[in-house]
Amino acid sequence: MSDRPALLKVEGLCKTFPTRRGGAVRAVQDVRFTLRRGSLVGLVGESGSGKTTVGRCLLRLIEPSAGRAEFDGTDLFALPSRALRPWRRRMQIIFQDPYSSLNPRMRVASILGEALDAHNLARGAARRDRIAELLTRVGLSPDHARRFPHEFSGGQRQRIGIARALAVEPDFIVADEPVSALDVSVQAQVLNLIQDLQQSLGLTMLFVAHDLSVVEYLCDEVIVMYLGRVVERGPSREVYRRPGHPYTKALIASAPVPDPTVPRAAPQVKGDIPSPLNPPSGCVFRTRCPHAADACAGQVPPEIEVEPGHFVACLRHAELAAAGVL
Amino acid sequence: MPMLRRPAALNALAPGVALQVNDLRAHFVFRRRVAKAVDGVSFTLREGGTLAIVGESGSGKSVTSFSLLGLLPPPGRIVGGSVLYRDSAGAVHDLATLPAAAMRRMRGRQIAMIFQEPMTSLNPLFTIGDQIGEMIRLHEPVSRGQVRQRVQRMLELVEIPAAAARLDDYPHQMSGGMRQRAMIALALACNPRVLIADEPTTALDVTTQSQILDLLRRLQRESGMSILFITHNLGVVAEIAQDVAVMYAGRVVEQAPVARLFAASRHPYTRGLLHATPNPARDVPQDGPRRRLEPIPGTVPSLTELPPGCSFAPRCALAMRACEAAVPPLLSVAPDHASRCLRHEELA
Repeated sequence: MSDRPALLKVEGLCKTFPTRRGGAVRAVQDVRFTLRRGSLVGLVGESGSGKTTVGRCLLRLIEPSAGRAEFDGTDLFALPSRALRPWRRRMQIIFQDPYSSLNPRMRVASILGEALDAHNLARGAARRDRIAELLTRVGLSPDHARRFPHEFSGGQRQRIGIARALAVEPDFIVADEPVSALDVSVQAQVLNLIQDLQQSLGLTMLFVAHDLSVVEYLCDEVIVMYLGRVVERGPSREVYRRPGHPYTKALIASAPVPDPTVPRAAPQVKGDIPSPLNPPSGCVFRTRCPHAADACAGQVPPEIEVEPGHFVACLRHAELAAAGVL
Repeated sequence: MPMLRRPAALNALAPGVALQVNDLRAHFVFRRRVAKAVDGVSFTLREGGTLAIVGESGSGKSVTSFSLLGLLPPPGRIVGGSVLYRDSAGAVHDLATLPAAAMRRMRGRQIAMIFQEPMTSLNPLFTIGDQIGEMIRLHEPVSRGQVRQRVQRMLELVEIPAAAARLDDYPHQMSGGMRQRAMIALALACNPRVLIADEPTTALDVTTQSQILDLLRRLQRESGMSILFITHNLGVVAEIAQDVAVMYAGRVVEQAPVARLFAASRHPYTRGLLHATPNPARDVPQDGPRRRLEPIPGTVPSLTELPPGCSFAPRCALAMRACEAAVPPLLSVAPDHASRCLRHEELA
């Protein structure tokens, strides 16, 4: 896995939203990670962590405030918006809400055809064939092309959203909470579909989610965000088995396990996530961290590589790991 | 349309049972269609225990909880069954046929409810202190000064930091987790014997959810109240409940103690849900490939077009002709364990 070449290298990504009163919400601060070609990477965090903003900045659906995103050697953030068009064909997004992300007045054929037309990909009979092929690929039938979105269930609509993303044959897909709005029985259908498509098409995918078990189940690598910053990233089996950051550990311990024989963990952190309008100085997690020390307020912890490819941003990592509290 | 239903036999409530629901039916009658949102629901909530009602969207779990307190929005109404409740004085009532005025006295004082979105029960125009205080004064003769003290104690009970200072906060000044705590304080202000919690942690982040579940467990230990916990999340069920009722398309399809339901379910739908839920301890081995999730094929049927027999039959691998002919009864498969499946023995 780790020998694959990088498709996307993100460095120093920041996004600040101005507030009406002249303040600034620092939604994303100094985010860095690398996505290798053909990997399925989870981006997890709670509300306000900035995970959705990161996904949208990468596709320039919102403009980043600073940073670089080197996609196949080209810095996407440096391109003027006119020059983005050919790159857009290579990067697609799947949205969370299968109800609001499809135009209710368009038939499925037009929804998928629009994506093909935007990049002049197929016309006439070839266009019809491609639409039928896309529908089959996501587990629907070619006859569904004539229907409107309201004629489908939530799970089927999400399949249409996936087909739309695949229409232009992208290399890279951001999936923004694609199964959060679905019931468990249907969620499993869509997760299996995403897994199959990612593998058979060799897609590189950033899977943005708040559900830790879904990410552990699905992803090769995981990036954990808290209050706008990446606190830990690495191979997912290792991060889940041996979390190196107190926040990751708390997050994993808080996730309910569907097995009543697993002993219940006491809540790991106190209080609520601070406002991103006024994030804590130094380590953003220190106000809720059971291991915070004075030094944590003084500096933003740099990332350290604790195992090959496994990075942790915690000043006390070595000390806590040696004491066995992580 | 007059209600021509006879009250249930009130002596039918066994000792140690807080709430007994028998064959409850709540329908929404539209001009041309009838949505049978709750169509024959039975379950038992033990005194001091927690029963989780688990189901996907459209299962009728929320409509069930609303009908218990007479809070069904029109055109929904209870068309059959009974809801037996023993009050603090020992008298047994059938909540399904209780007149509106008597039901109002029951709500809050005997049975309270919390929701997924705290703003459904908190008024944005009044302070937290005023709202909890009003609840107390509605049910108990206490002075204004005493009320303020009681409210502060309630906020401390639900672990709101700096409670005295938060009394005068408006709901919008609190975070999601704090609002949920304030709503719990409001619900518990009059020491209800039963708390109905309808997806109370669904909108919360996992670290906050874990705090709220812990709080509910502590409050239950201290007060001995019974909790009816409605959720779609099997992980939360495993954390909070002693007993579980699984609902599908308006009916309870299985009820069992929690350990038994997860280890030895006797209904294909429950088994399907368990196999479809990612459980990394089971699905992600130390090394080697992950176990593939097993989705349930198809989708939940529409409540206005339910099949004549078992509603799960169209999605069930075990379905046979008899399953489609008539709704299977809730069969006892072991002590405290019931399944609405004709082929439950083959699942043993």
